[in-house]
Amino acid sequence: MKYSGFPKKQGLYDPEFEKDSCGVGFVVHMDGKSSHQTVIDGLEILKKLEHRGACGSDPLTGDGAGILIQIPHKFFKKVSSDIGIDLPEKGQYGAGLIFLSQDQARRDASVKIFEGSLAVEDLKLLGWRDVPVDNTTIGVGAREVEPVMRQVFVGTTREMESDELERALFSVRKFTTHHIRDVGLNDDESFYLCSLSSKTFVYKGQLMCDQLETYFLDLKDPDMETALALAHSRYSTNTFPSWSRAQPFRMLAHNGEINTVRGNKNWMHARQAHFVAPLFKDIKKTFPVIKPGMSDSSDFDHALEMLYLGGRSLAHSVMMMIPEPWSFHQTMSQEKKDFYEFHASMMEPWDGPASIAFTDGEVIGAVLDRNGLRPSRYYVTKDRTVIMASEVGVLPVDEANIEYKGRLQPGKMFLVDLKEGRIIADEEIKSQICSQKPYGQWIKDKQINLEDLPTPSSTFKSDLETLSQRQKVFGYTVEDAKIILAPMVEKAMEATGSMGNDTPLAVMSEKPQLIFNYFKQLFAQVTNPAIDSIREMLVMSMEATLGKELNLLEESPDHCKKLKIQEAVLTYEEMEKIRRLDQPWFKSHTIDTLFLAAAGDEGLKKGVEHICQEASKAIENGATILILSDKKMDSENAPIPSLLATSAIHHHLLRETTRTDVGLVVETGEAREMMHFALLIGYGAGAIYPYLAYETIDKMIKDGVYVSGVDFDTAVKNFVTSTRKGLFKIIAKMGISTIRSYRGAQIFEAVGLNQSVIDRYFTGTPSRVEGIGLEAIAKESLIRHRRAFTESGVASQIMDLGGNYHWRRGEEKHMLNPDAVATLQHAVRSGDYQLYKKFSQVSDEINTRNCALRGLLKFKKTNPIPIDEVESVEEITKRFCTGAMSIGSISREAHETLAIAMNRLGGRSNTGEGGEDSVRYIPDANGDSRRSKIKQVASGRFGVTSYYLANADELQIKVAQGAKPGEGGQLPGHKVSEYIAKLRNSTPGVGLISPPPHHDIYSIEDLQQLIYDLHNGNPTADVSVKLVAEVGVGTVAAGVSKAHSDGVLIAGHDGGTGASPQTSIKHAGLPWELGLAETQQVLVLNDLRGRIRVQVDGQLKTGRDVVIGGILGADEFGFSTTALVSLGCILMRKCHLNTCSVGVATQNPELRKKFSGKPEYVVNQFRFIAQEVREIMADLGIRKFKDLIGRVELLDAEDAVDHWKQKGIDYANILHKPDVPEEIAIHHVTTQDHTNVREVLDKEIIEKAKPALESSEKVQLEFPIGNTNRTVGAQLSYQISKKHGEEGLPENTICIKFKGSAGQSFGAFLAPGVTFELSGDANDYVGKGLSGGNVIIYPPVESTIVPEENIIAGNVLLYGATAGKVYMRGIVGERFAVRNSGAHAVVEGVGDHGCEYMTGGLVVVLGRTGRNFAAGMSGGIAYVWDKNKEFEVNCNFGRVDLVPVEEDEDIETLKTMIQDHLKYTKSTVAQDVLNRWEEILPQFIKVYPREYRKVLEERKKKRMQESLEEVA
Amino acid sequence: MGAVKGFMEHGRETPKGRDVKDRLKDWKEVYHEMPGIKYKDQGARCMECGVPFCQSNTGCPLGNMIPDWNDMVYRDRWEDALAYMSKTNNFPEFTGRVCPAPCEGACVLGITEPAVTIRNIEEKIAEEGFSRGLIKPSPPQKRTGKKIAIVGSGPAGLAAADQLNKVGHNVVVFEKDNRIGGLLMYGIPNFKLEKEIVLRRIDVMQKEGVEFKPNSHVGENVKIEDLQNDYDAVILCGGAQQPRDLPVEGRDLDGIHYAMDFLPQQTKRLQGDTIPEAEAITAKDKNVLIIGGGDTGSDCLGTSLRQGAKKVDQFELLPAPPESRAEGNPWPNWPQIYRVSSSHEEAIDEVRDFCVMTKKFSGKDGNVHKVHAVKIEFGDPDPKTGRPQINEIPNSEFELQVDLVLLAMGFLGPIRGGMIEQLGVDLDGRGNVACDKNKMTSVPGVFVAGDMTRGQSLIVWAIAEGREAARGVDEYLMGSTILPHSEFLSV
Repeated sequence: MKYSGFPKKQGLYDPEFEKDSCGVGFVVHMDGKSSHQTVIDGLEILKKLEHRGACGSDPLTGDGAGILIQIPHKFFKKVSSDIGIDLPEKGQYGAGLIFLSQDQARRDASVKIFEGSLAVEDLKLLGWRDVPVDNTTIGVGAREVEPVMRQVFVGTTREMESDELERALFSVRKFTTHHIRDVGLNDDESFYLCSLSSKTFVYKGQLMCDQLETYFLDLKDPDMETALALAHSRYSTNTFPSWSRAQPFRMLAHNGEINTVRGNKNWMHARQAHFVAPLFKDIKKTFPVIKPGMSDSSDFDHALEMLYLGGRSLAHSVMMMIPEPWSFHQTMSQEKKDFYEFHASMMEPWDGPASIAFTDGEVIGAVLDRNGLRPSRYYVTKDRTVIMASEVGVLPVDEANIEYKGRLQPGKMFLVDLKEGRIIADEEIKSQICSQKPYGQWIKDKQINLEDLPTPSSTFKSDLETLSQRQKVFGYTVEDAKIILAPMVEKAMEATGSMGNDTPLAVMSEKPQLIFNYFKQLFAQVTNPAIDSIREMLVMSMEATLGKELNLLEESPDHCKKLKIQEAVLTYEEMEKIRRLDQPWFKSHTIDTLFLAAAGDEGLKKGVEHICQEASKAIENGATILILSDKKMDSENAPIPSLLATSAIHHHLLRETTRTDVGLVVETGEAREMMHFALLIGYGAGAIYPYLAYETIDKMIKDGVYVSGVDFDTAVKNFVTSTRKGLFKIIAKMGISTIRSYRGAQIFEAVGLNQSVIDRYFTGTPSRVEGIGLEAIAKESLIRHRRAFTESGVASQIMDLGGNYHWRRGEEKHMLNPDAVATLQHAVRSGDYQLYKKFSQVSDEINTRNCALRGLLKFKKTNPIPIDEVESVEEITKRFCTGAMSIGSISREAHETLAIAMNRLGGRSNTGEGGEDSVRYIPDANGDSRRSKIKQVASGRFGVTSYYLANADELQIKVAQGAKPGEGGQLPGHKVSEYIAKLRNSTPGVGLISPPPHHDIYSIEDLQQLIYDLHNGNPTADVSVKLVAEVGVGTVAAGVSKAHSDGVLIAGHDGGTGASPQTSIKHAGLPWELGLAETQQVLVLNDLRGRIRVQVDGQLKTGRDVVIGGILGADEFGFSTTALVSLGCILMRKCHLNTCSVGVATQNPELRKKFSGKPEYVVNQFRFIAQEVREIMADLGIRKFKDLIGRVELLDAEDAVDHWKQKGIDYANILHKPDVPEEIAIHHVTTQDHTNVREVLDKEIIEKAKPALESSEKVQLEFPIGNTNRTVGAQLSYQISKKHGEEGLPENTICIKFKGSAGQSFGAFLAPGVTFELSGDANDYVGKGLSGGNVIIYPPVESTIVPEENIIAGNVLLYGATAGKVYMRGIVGERFAVRNSGAHAVVEGVGDHGCEYMTGGLVVVLGRTGRNFAAGMSGGIAYVWDKNKEFEVNCNFGRVDLVPVEEDEDIETLKTMIQDHLKYTKSTVAQDVLNRWEEILPQFIKVYPREYRKVLEERKKKRMQESLEEVA
Repeated sequence: MGAVKGFMEHGRETPKGRDVKDRLKDWKEVYHEMPGIKYKDQGARCMECGVPFCQSNTGCPLGNMIPDWNDMVYRDRWEDALAYMSKTNNFPEFTGRVCPAPCEGACVLGITEPAVTIRNIEEKIAEEGFSRGLIKPSPPQKRTGKKIAIVGSGPAGLAAADQLNKVGHNVVVFEKDNRIGGLLMYGIPNFKLEKEIVLRRIDVMQKEGVEFKPNSHVGENVKIEDLQNDYDAVILCGGAQQPRDLPVEGRDLDGIHYAMDFLPQQTKRLQGDTIPEAEAITAKDKNVLIIGGGDTGSDCLGTSLRQGAKKVDQFELLPAPPESRAEGNPWPNWPQIYRVSSSHEEAIDEVRDFCVMTKKFSGKDGNVHKVHAVKIEFGDPDPKTGRPQINEIPNSEFELQVDLVLLAMGFLGPIRGGMIEQLGVDLDGRGNVACDKNKMTSVPGVFVAGDMTRGQSLIVWAIAEGREAARGVDEYLMGSTILPHSEFLSV
């Protein structure tokens, strides 16, 4: 395939959603001493980060690599004089590498524009140079679109200061780029300036790391000298060659992803109109600040460049864009808080995981996002070099030469100033910047806090008289009160439900929908992590400001003259305070967001136009806050849907560039649930006052129905609290932590709104199947409005029932209605295929037809064949799986019955995330097997041991699940029975948490690492990745395929069997039809389809569903809900209450007895479905299932749809087939290349450890190790588990000494009997899933560092460890022992979030801890040496108590562990502690989880009683 | 959420009937009083299913919002419970007493435990509604000026009348009998439904403006054309009153009567009417044989026992149903199981004889004296009809001495002469009055509801039919309607 750059937007593919991530590193000589060695080192770093990058379908075409250096003046002087250019002095000219079009005419045209723009900035062309390249080693794909490489030298026509020259070069670069695009040339292809600067120079391209130096011949020249080199290895989710997306950019290299980029871009666009910049000749010429169509990293680079060149220091600019979480910080200086608070009035954070290395050529630094989600490690050497990279071990450094080993901490900055010749510590840089202006005083003088405004005299009053009428207008139902509002006001909790969503998409529903329902929440998967907003609360922030923004490039006291609010959801008093604001700078204006009901849909259009005009006018008149209110709604005036009103005004003002002049407050009767608030904020609202929700709550309390025990004030408080928590969860789902960044970020996809509505009112929101227009939106509002004002008499005073969450006769349709459930059960129990056909007919023709996108598809007429020519039922059932349902969510009986059935069918069942009882690995006497072929590896890692991995046919990484993508889970203590606890290596009665993200996947290259880990953990098993449909899932799937996953599962939004928050069940994720079709299209476009199996699931029920899934691109099919229905589930939707009356989804022993399902039922069901598939295949003339996969031409959209909403749906994008050559596979045909799993250090170890493996003889070995030796120990452990089972080998049977910097996942899944000893240091994930082995790490003898002050190993160590011992002589990174459930560890200091989610095991910390220690820790014990009495501030008390170490048992344990630590690591710290034991012991704190403590103490009491009884 | 574990904490409890000895002495309702039951607990047993099958097409034909009013009862919110009840059911006091409760057969709890006592709760909600004064006349605010005639005052006619009156139409109900209520008045004996209960509702409706015309037999003493001319719409709710006959030898002997000739007489007596000696049918001191094992047969049994029959026997052609669900009769279908009605409780011995075919009657003095019958068994299905073949068991013939035979073998649809013939409406294949989905017959402006179009059925179905016809009429007259659909009928 030849694409020049990215393919066009086509079908469901949109280049907008391309993702990339990577490894980043730099090397710098602190004194600014230039040398060629630095270039060589920079290139070496790249090579050592190769595994963090990727290559595409063509193994030689990399995703991109590059290096940024100082202008190599000596070299340039030399080469320019060769071609007759006389370069001025260093720093007096600019230079840049330019990618030029292969097309002569385009090239010339672009160059002409560039040259023509120089004079205006007083610059002149010095000359061009052809950059010598050798493209013989690069990939075909890269070569086909290889640009013409030229270099330009630009001089000045007058004397210029360095900064002035930089600005001039910047202006020319920007102007040229925009101008080239404006004249119709694709700028990236015709003319891409990698950089243009007098200080730095970038070499980069669509290359693999080791190709960079062979490609650019310049780099080999010994005269090429620099004092710093910033290198970047890219991993993109696609295979489309794009030279310009390679990094570094002009000022930075980024590893991570900016989640809020759409909002950031919009806001920046609005702000630039107000730029005043005397430093620039004409700043307008450089607009837009952010060039459209680039990556998030590039956008960030553009914004940073602007802030920097606008006059701030580089560090200051970075602090504005990535502020630390400051609001809840207990130890941060007030000065710094003031700085952040002040800047919060000017700009929202650019939120997302990030390790950013930045430089202007004079300083080089790095910063980590506020949550520390990317690794950054550094060495400082005695010869004054600093090496910083995503990993240690990237450059060979003599350990004796190392002065210090450190890591970048969350939110912290690391800066090397080459002029000053030193490292400037975070505190120093920041305190200098924070004290440059009296920010605190400015805030005090100018900012107004909402709570400080005078309290209004009036109080809240409900109008109960008209309440039910107004509830009808805004579509309230009993379910809203009972299911949604009640838990919010009573317990400040969000509503929970079960069994997914089987109601129609809003656009297919016959019932009038609120416009909110046409949107779906997006969420983080793979390329960025979701955040745990509960356990990692400290990074979340709800604070925001309302009012007028000023010129971003300046700062003055007036810049913070805004209204500060603490919550996005306002109370009555708060709303009234805002309403009364009437003075310059603080002036509110109310816009009635209503339209004339009698004017119908035209009325709505006019109404929206009218409010937009009114908004503009109000701004002209000095309003700084607009209140959009539908309170005056009456029989003649219907409310404009609040989201439409908000977003219409937001985009109108963005277009008018007045958006930053005002804040928006929405006063609406419509908003009542999390999703509503999230949408309103996501489309621009600063605050919301949900008056009707409050009135409804008031009535509920007065009636005493659905709620009890709260008064109105408490209820409102709870409501606000629950919306805060709910909003946090929704934004955290996307990896966003501040509501300010979320505002206007539009993290949604629309389903069922047509393009003109989107373009006009929701600009930039993806909406891929078209749908309704403004007329239908009006009609839906008017149906409710009319009914409310005409209905009388018969039950007019009561709310509609709803039927949205639960099926109710006459209300919203459900696919799993009584008829469907009963008929399916009757069919599978009786084995009557005709009854099944009755079920499938009703399912397909009525239920699915009314609810799901595929309902409106039909098979094209083709030439049928006799059914006996079609492949057999048995062949087809091999393609069937049951979904991941953990034993814990469903009963043991149900879980095992499913496994038996699937094994009988040759299909596959899935353990779900709760582990599996190892007795099931042995077949039953009758030949049945209860072993699940698919073993899931989810974020909680419950039950994931080497033995578990070794017993899988497929290892499935659950990145997201349909019912609650982007969220974690919680198994409440009462569901953790003895049995469940055994399977999960936890304590009965103690609740368990699955974190929202996998803490070892914050990025695509992390996923690649986990896939690699699992392949090592079981080299014979396939690995698959479960994703959930959302826009962009196709590009993620491409990344997954590139990461050598053997399978990818695309789950629809609507599946789900267990408990989930209602907001997620209903509003997160997209239909699989979209996700699957997108995946297929993108994989095919990238030629990545043939090597990966694609599975789909989500409300699959019939043969028709399967065939449509196949045609849209699936090889395999997952079923969960209907399989449970076959086993007796009757959709009670009470899984979350443990009260399943048929024993399917409960752990209650009494209820489990009622389980009546049999494997035969499931076998019948799947055979029926397969038979039906065959019938359809016969009709389609298809003999083998594989021959229909991806054949979208077999489908057609139903014509003559007369439904008033459905008729707007357009299937063209779903049925798009990428135009690719015939040899490109469109279904699974081949396997992934697992060479890198075969060629590992473990092979050698296994060979040498044979005596141990075969006859348990003791073996001692030694190996050197480097950072490219990853996941060492996993394959060895696999061999042990295979041969010796769960028990493994006796302790220390295999002892191996390593020396060097170990690669990631050192000692992963290490089995019992193995001890690893490492002299050196290690990267992330040491002891991941440790299964009984031991890991010891200490600095080499020759090292002179003070170990307890230096970093010995990276982040996320012992994740999901179940057993084993670990001793580390030094400090370790963030999230140490996360979800540890049994390992014992001693370390000498940990980063933030230590012992997070821990459920068992013992941890001793002989040193400091970071913040948020013990968050979500429900079991196990940690002993912390709190030498400086600072631990309390750093501990998260959510689930733990701190107690002194006084019990004999504790003292004994602690002492033994420290003694062992001394023994294994020769730790002087341990020695010191033991020497002064009595003195130091009182300084130890025992971190004791409360629930765990209760259980242990009860057990102890019981034991004592028993022994007393025995005595008696 | 309400009572999430209610079903695990409380067992099913239903009202105990009055002592058999006591109740045989009077004609009052068997379950007249329902003391001691904790309705809150019974309401709490409802699991508020995600998919409440009680509302499904195997459950309540009215689509009663059962989980919701159960929850309200659990929360002691009787007024709300009544409001939700009233959305779908005009007469919960009737269905709460005499509905066989298919909802309970479909109850999800019924899969593993005794079902929720839906019917009792329904009755209680209705009774609380009356006793608390919540059910009271509330005439419509505005009148539309449209006039509607309803023929027949059974449950379908009453439901249609109630719905139409509520939206402001003037409704007149014509009843051929001397009292209003149709089947409710004369089809169901007092011991199941006391007539005060029926009159109480009629009274409310009258006060709301519905006009009732008893003794008005349309097609006989009232001309159907007059109704067509004088009213904007007519709804036929005449029921399915054509009884199934037993054409065997001796059928013309005296003492052999249709059940529906027998049962109403007793009600009339109790209401104070005098039955002429010549027409009177009584079981007192007689050997009574009831042919037919359904509800009507049970009603004949209870009535005969109260009248002082010497002995009562009951024949049923079909075999005795099993004690629990048969394999082919899975949940949530109506459980075809062996049931003991209140009347059967009252008979000292089992009176039912299953698999019996009546061969002939023989008489003495013109009066029936003996019945000759034979035991049968069911063979394989007839290839033509699909019905199982009936085979007589050799040498199983037997006779019984009888003085009174009551035929309770069901009904064959509406009486075809009279009004139907005069109107000339189209009939369907089974002889019922045909209609479109809005319940309009082939004659414009004439609608039909209840057993007359549906064939013999339950009261809930009749109410559902009446409501649907009202909707059709309202839409027909007004162009649109806010009356709800009865979803079942449209499927």
